[in-house]
Amino acid sequence: MLATRALSLVGKRAISTSVCLRGGHGVAKVEQYTLPVYFDRRENPLPDICYVQTLSPEQKSLKEKEKGSWAALSNEEKIALYRISFKQSFAEMNKGSSEWKSVIGGMLFFIGLTGLVVFWQRKYVYGPVPHTFDPEYKAKELQRMLDMRINPVEGFSANWDYENKQWKK
Amino acid sequence: MSLPKPVMRGLLAKRLRFHLPIAFTLSIVAALMFKYSVTEPRKKAYADFYKQYDSVKEYNRMREAGIFESVRPSGE
Repeated sequence: MLATRALSLVGKRAISTSVCLRGGHGVAKVEQYTLPVYFDRRENPLPDICYVQTLSPEQKSLKEKEKGSWAALSNEEKIALYRISFKQSFAEMNKGSSEWKSVIGGMLFFIGLTGLVVFWQRKYVYGPVPHTFDPEYKAKELQRMLDMRINPVEGFSANWDYENKQWKK
Repeated sequence: MSLPKPVMRGLLAKRLRFHLPIAFTLSIVAALMFKYSVTEPRKKAYADFYKQYDSVKEYNRMREAGIFESVRPSGE
């Protein structure tokens, strides 16, 4: 806040003269990454800059010829002008590749590797399961569920034959 | 180098004209199939079950099996 107030008092001219007094060292060097770049993208059809920045002499003369009537240009010259402005055509940039095969292969490989790791972990890291997994305990659980008539209409107990004490065929 | 000018307008309308009737019919067909293969049999199964259901008999069966905590089997 104070700085802006001070600036408005001093005035814009005074700032620029102070820069000049310092011999032009007040201007920052322009980095390459701050300048517009060229890109081939389907969504943004017109990039910020032309592809070819430094033209050869033939390209320069072609650009001069472009200033005249375009009907006078041959097909090869039109294509050459296109290639000066753009790197890839839409057909080239949209072309599919076989990269998906490597991606799927890599995915399956790492899923398999993870499966091996999980299997080793189950065998060597985890302790024993609780006693509630014993077959006798499981049988008692099953009998209790049938006694309680769990889902008797369409689900669990509906598949049990209570007369003959077995699963329905 | 003289290709015909491609179609520039009405692309969404054309796509919708083709796809919307198909989408609606497929959705309605899916709903009808679900209704007549899942919900109608389920309603019938429940109706049939409760037609012959004697709740007191079932209660006594469950009581004798010993699953209740508030009322023990008649033997004890």
